[in-house]
Amino acid sequence: MLRFIGRRLIQMFFLFIMFLTIVWLLLQLMPGDITDTLIGDPNIPLSTRLELSERLGLNEPLYVQYWTYITNFFQGDLGVSFSRYPDDVSTVLWEAIPRTLVLVLTATLLAYWMGFKSGKLIAWGRGGKTEQGFIIGGIFLQTVFYPWFAIVMLWTLGFYFGWFPIGRFIDVSLWQGSGLDATAVFEELIASVFIAVGVYFAARYVIKRTAPSLVVQQRLQRIAAVSVIAALILYWYLDPASSYVWDIVWHTILPVTTLGLITFGAVMLITRTSMLETLGEDYILTARAKGLSKRVIRDRHAARNALLPVVTSFVLAMGTVIGGAIITEQIFSWPGMGLLFLQGIVVSDIPLVAGALAITGVLTLFAHLVVDIVYTVLDPRIRVA
Amino acid sequence: MATKETIQQPDEVLEAQEAAELEELLGGHEVVAEPLWKIRFRLFRRSFTKNWALFKESKMGIVGLLIIALFGLMAIAHPILMSTVWEPAIYDPVSGYDAVVSEFTVVEDGEVTDETTQIALMDARFELNPTIDVGDVVRIPLQPAPPTLGGEDGNAHFLGTDPLGRDIFSQLLYGARAAFLLGFVAAFTTVFIATTVGSIAAYYGGKLDGFLMRTADLILLMPLLPLLIVLSAAIQINMVMLGIMIGILGGFGGDAIILKSQALSIKVKAYIDAARVAGGGDGHIIFRHIIPNVLPLSLLYMMFGVTTAIALEATLSYLGLLNIQMSWGIMINTAQNAGYLLSGTSYWWLLFPAGLAVSFLAFGFFVVGRGMDEVINPRLRAR
Repeated sequence: MLRFIGRRLIQMFFLFIMFLTIVWLLLQLMPGDITDTLIGDPNIPLSTRLELSERLGLNEPLYVQYWTYITNFFQGDLGVSFSRYPDDVSTVLWEAIPRTLVLVLTATLLAYWMGFKSGKLIAWGRGGKTEQGFIIGGIFLQTVFYPWFAIVMLWTLGFYFGWFPIGRFIDVSLWQGSGLDATAVFEELIASVFIAVGVYFAARYVIKRTAPSLVVQQRLQRIAAVSVIAALILYWYLDPASSYVWDIVWHTILPVTTLGLITFGAVMLITRTSMLETLGEDYILTARAKGLSKRVIRDRHAARNALLPVVTSFVLAMGTVIGGAIITEQIFSWPGMGLLFLQGIVVSDIPLVAGALAITGVLTLFAHLVVDIVYTVLDPRIRVA
Repeated sequence: MATKETIQQPDEVLEAQEAAELEELLGGHEVVAEPLWKIRFRLFRRSFTKNWALFKESKMGIVGLLIIALFGLMAIAHPILMSTVWEPAIYDPVSGYDAVVSEFTVVEDGEVTDETTQIALMDARFELNPTIDVGDVVRIPLQPAPPTLGGEDGNAHFLGTDPLGRDIFSQLLYGARAAFLLGFVAAFTTVFIATTVGSIAAYYGGKLDGFLMRTADLILLMPLLPLLIVLSAAIQINMVMLGIMIGILGGFGGDAIILKSQALSIKVKAYIDAARVAGGGDGHIIFRHIIPNVLPLSLLYMMFGVTTAIALEATLSYLGLLNIQMSWGIMINTAQNAGYLLSGTSYWWLLFPAGLAVSFLAFGFFVVGRGMDEVINPRLRAR
């Protein structure tokens, strides 16, 4: 297992170097360099421009520039953002990454969890109008023009009904004068949710080891989930900053739901197909013949084996999720990496764009690694081989 | 059949015997040498009829075909309508302009109760001329104008006009053309690259396979939308180029990997060995034996490829990053730039036709793909 992860890490390091090279090449494709933007300025004489060009190393041969870029990247130096001049790209991105991660991770995990559950159920109760409805709905969610869908969601739920705020991350007028740092509160919120999830999974593990039957186990797990969520809410309710935390959560719901829905449709359809294939296997027939309860056959024998293609599909779904995150951040004015990326494109802030793209590459690779590990855990055949 | 006696018989007797046997086999019919293409065509028609019967079972697939046909009709109708019924100066999707004039009654400031028929005095004086007084009826050209079926003094705009006074229905039809062009370019590029790369990697194996598959891994890693956004900022991208780019990135990524595994399962079939024994070269085996057998699966991915391409193009033009004149994404971009993003149902003709067109065409290709999936993959069929 460790050897497998180690080998994969080395592979990924080389893949990432190649990815970085492609990003760098793309930037070379952009017409002109940064000193060209100063041509039109009469206050800057030619000598200054040449000096700047010299100082930025733009006169060096390309391979030297390339080497500087790569080495700087691994020292955590992504350059200086043009559009937010005194700030480093890494500082700007560092603030935005947690927001994007929360948006993407929450949406994806919820979509996978609910998509798997509903896909499992509609495959089990095959035939009938409900299944047809779910399939059509799933396909619609998968093929809907996403920006338009996000606009419609924003308009109906945010504007027409007014249930959710229209875009942005916090309500600025509420936070004014509170003396609180939104980013710090947000990070504290993330940490608390992480701890809660950890506690829940520990409880789940203990329940699984001790519960006498599947029915009892599922009931206990449900109780554990409810009590963990209740404890989390209670903790933040007693916190003096509770109204501010609620403000952040309230702003998060609509973008997460919108981004989650498109992934949900795809996951549901894949789970259904994979579950149908599993249900045709001989061991399901054997389980039925043994007289096992339907719930045991569905959840223990079929669903677990149907999980593998769903996990694999995540690698292919990653592109959709990243693209969806950019659009979501743009439409809901969610100040994450995607929005920075788009703004950087518009104002030709090349270091920022390159940094965002490179960080996206790192995160994608990391997600690949996680999927690989999950896959090894799920499928013993890979672990042994 | 070849007993000892027949072997010992002289050649002429043997030939006569063979001819008699053949005649008996044919039942008195004459032997007509049929050209190869005719046999191929007959085989194709037979398998087509069989597969069509299977495809027909999926109602969704038929619905998808109907949707695609409808959009196809729209795409064909646009140039015809432009050259016959529609006047280019008014109905051109890019440069047309029509001032749909509405009548407004001027009322005191702050007493406007119905915004569609009344206008405040200050606004009227500001917009038209300062001599207007309360009670006057003014005629103001209105953009975006709601749908009209035409009348004595107006042109028909079935879906109204956009914020620049252009006919939305004409734009919608034109957008169908653009979407089909893009979809087909992207799909053909995808299929061409994915089948070629997949088959070659499967057939040769070894280092070439390793190289191609690692490249595919790298391309799979590339986030498609951000990459295209950066590319569109660096170079001017038009529709055909975008189609080719999507085709290359999609075809050399996941599709190539899937088709390679399919090609691997064909490579080990007996008829490939037979072809090699008969003296077929590598190129012959790849292009005449492996690729035709991979093609059904790659056609399936072609359908899904069209869905992706349409969605990507619409997203990029929604962001205003493409060097094209008009498409469904640009229609939404126009509405957004003019400030109608949250207009919702009160200006429904700005957002809904374009958004639904993209969604439905993608839906159509997707369900056709699913229907084909059921034909190719027997395990998915209904019980």
